[in-house]
Amino acid sequence: MRARRWLPYALIAPAAIWLFLFFLIPFYSLLANSLYDPKGSNLTGYDVTFHFGNFTHVLSKYWPHMWRSLWWAAISTTLCLVLGYVLAYTIAFKTGRWKNVVLVLVVAPFFTSFLIRTAAWKLILADHGWLVQTLQSLHVIGENGRVLATPVAAIAGLTYNFLPFAILPLYTSIEKIDRRLLEAAGDLYASPIKTFAKVTLPLTMPGIVGATLLTFIPSVGDYINAQLLGGTTDRVVGQDIESLFTTTGDYASAGALSVILLVVILAMTLFYVRKAGTEELL
Amino acid sequence: MSQASEPRDLRLTQLEKIYANGFTAVHPLDLVVPQGSFFALLGPSGCGKTTTLRMVAGLETATAGRITIGDREITYEKPYKRPVNTVFQNYALFPHLSIAENVAFGLKRRGIKDTAKTVADMLELVELTAQAGKRPQQLSGGQQQRVALARALINQPEVLLLDEPLGALDLKLRRAMQLELKRIQTEVGLTFVHVTHDQEEAMTMADTIAVMNAGRIEQMGSPADLYDNPATTFVANFLGQSNLIAGNVVGEDTLGGDPVVTVDMEGTTVSIPKARAHVTGGKGWVGIRPEKVLVAPAGETLDAPGNHFTGGVIVDTSFIGVSTQYLVRTAWGQEITAFEQNTGARGVMAPGTAVDFTWRPEFAFLLDASQDASAGVDVGEA
Repeated sequence: MRARRWLPYALIAPAAIWLFLFFLIPFYSLLANSLYDPKGSNLTGYDVTFHFGNFTHVLSKYWPHMWRSLWWAAISTTLCLVLGYVLAYTIAFKTGRWKNVVLVLVVAPFFTSFLIRTAAWKLILADHGWLVQTLQSLHVIGENGRVLATPVAAIAGLTYNFLPFAILPLYTSIEKIDRRLLEAAGDLYASPIKTFAKVTLPLTMPGIVGATLLTFIPSVGDYINAQLLGGTTDRVVGQDIESLFTTTGDYASAGALSVILLVVILAMTLFYVRKAGTEELL
Repeated sequence: MSQASEPRDLRLTQLEKIYANGFTAVHPLDLVVPQGSFFALLGPSGCGKTTTLRMVAGLETATAGRITIGDREITYEKPYKRPVNTVFQNYALFPHLSIAENVAFGLKRRGIKDTAKTVADMLELVELTAQAGKRPQQLSGGQQQRVALARALINQPEVLLLDEPLGALDLKLRRAMQLELKRIQTEVGLTFVHVTHDQEEAMTMADTIAVMNAGRIEQMGSPADLYDNPATTFVANFLGQSNLIAGNVVGEDTLGGDPVVTVDMEGTTVSIPKARAHVTGGKGWVGIRPEKVLVAPAGETLDAPGNHFTGGVIVDTSFIGVSTQYLVRTAWGQEITAFEQNTGARGVMAPGTAVDFTWRPEFAFLLDASQDASAGVDVGEA
C-alpha cells in the first residue's frame, strides 16, 4: 500500500503538466499582454505596466464587433439547437437499425478540414451559383440579391460548422430517456405535445446545456466564417483579435480584447448553467 | 364515475393482437370485468396478459375486436384520452419531478389547477406524506411502488391497470403490499385489473381470476373455483400443485344423491362429482390436490370413505414445519404428492414406510387425457 501512494500523482501528472504548459502559461501570457504598456512594439519590446486603459480603449473601439459576435453566435446556436434537437430525436427514436449509419453521417464532415468545408460554402453560395439563381428566380431574394458576403451566409456557416457539436450531446441525452416514461405520461393524460414539454424536454436539459456551450463558445470566437462567408463590412471580434496580433502587432490591445471576450463568455456560461439548473455539468 | 345506474363494466369483445412479425400474442378474447371488482389476469410470461393490459391502456393497438367501458368504446382511442390509468411494472416515475408533482401530473394535464389538497389526501392514503418533497430516486422500492399507485389512483380512473406492480419487491414487502392494495381497492371502490404471474398474489387479492396461457384464457372464475375445480391440466398445475393419475371413464352413478362419473383408475373404481368432470367418456386424468390426499401406515384406518388404495411406499419425506410433504410411490409405480398438517396426532413417517392412501371423492376432478399432464409446471417466472 505504502509504495503505491505516489500512484495517483503519477496518473495525474501528464494532464497536470499538459495543462500547465499549454493552458496556464499561455493564459498568464495573455493576461500579461492585456496589461502591456501600449507604447511598446514588437521591436522594442513590451513592459507590463498594469495599463488598465487597454481595456477601456478596446472596448470603446471594438464593442460593435463584440456585440455582433455575440449576436451571430446566439442566432446560430439557437438554429443548431432547433435543427440538432429534431435530428437527434429522429436518430434516437425513429431510425431503428440505421441509427449507427446516420450517426456516422453526422460526424462525417469532420473528415474534411474545417477551412475547406467553409471554403466549399463559398462555391455553393456564390453569386452565379445554382442556389442564388434559384432563389432569385423564386423572388426570395432580389434580382441582384446575393447570399455570399452577407450576415446570412456567415450565420449559416457557423450553424453548419457547429451543428454536429449540438447533435451529439443532444442525441446522448435523448437516447437515454426511458421510453416507458413517455408511455406513462401518455397514460396520465398528456398529449404528445405535453409529453414533450413536460417530460422529454426537462429530461434532456443536460444535453441542451451541453449543446449550447459546445456551439456558442466556439461560435463567439470564430472568425473563419465571417472572413470567408461574411461581407467585409460586418467584422466580428475574432477578426479584430486576429489582425491585432498578426497584422498590427498590437499585443496589448489584442490581449485586452481576448481577456474581455473570455470574461464575457465565462459570465454568460455561469449565468446560463445556473438558470438551466444543471450546475452538476460544471 | 357517478353513473351508478348503468354499470361501467370493462368489456373486451373478440380482442386480438397479432404483431407485425406474425406472432399472435392474444387470440380473440372475450372478457367482462364488472365495475368495482378486483380482476386478475394470471399466467406465465409470454402468455399475452401484459399485451391485453396494454391494449386496454392504449399502449398497444388491437388487431381486431372491441374494448368498451360501459357503453363507451375505447378500442382506438388515444391513450391520453382513455379513462384508465396504469401502474407500470417498473413504476416509470418521472425522475425530474418531486413525489407530489409526480402524483399531481395527471390532474395538471387535465387542467385542474388546485391540486394541493387532492395530492395531500392521496399521499396520506398511501402513507407517503413525509416524502412529498423528495425525488423518486430517494425512495425505497416499496415507497416508489406506492407513489406509482397514488399517481394513477388520484385520477379516479374508471379502470386501474396494474402491470406486475409487485414484481420488483422482495417477498416480505410483496405480502404486505398485497394486503395494502386490496385495502385501497376496497376503500376507493374502483375497478382493478391486475396482471401477474404469481398465482398466490392473484388468489390473495382478486375477486375473479382469468388464467391465460399462450394467448388464450384457459379458465376464469373465483380463486376457490379455479383451485378446486380446474378445467385444464395447465390450470391444475399452474395454480398450486396437482396429482394427475390416468384412468378410463366407466360410466355415471350417484353418490349420496349427487351425480358422479365413475372412473377405473389402475384397477380401482373412483368417483368424481359430475360438476368437476371435464370429460364424460374415454380416457381422463383424475386430479387430486396434495393436501386432499390422506396417508396412513398400511393397515391403519383412514378417515375417508371410498377410493382406498393400498400398497403405497413413502419414497421421500420433507418436513416443512407447518406441514409435512410426502412423495408416495403407488402400487402402479406412479409418484404422487401428499401434504399432511403437523397436528401432532401422529409422528412423521420415514421414507420406506408402507402406506395406504385415500381421498374424499368430492375433492377429485377429471380432466381431458389429451392434455399434457405437465402443462403449467414450472412456468411461473421466466
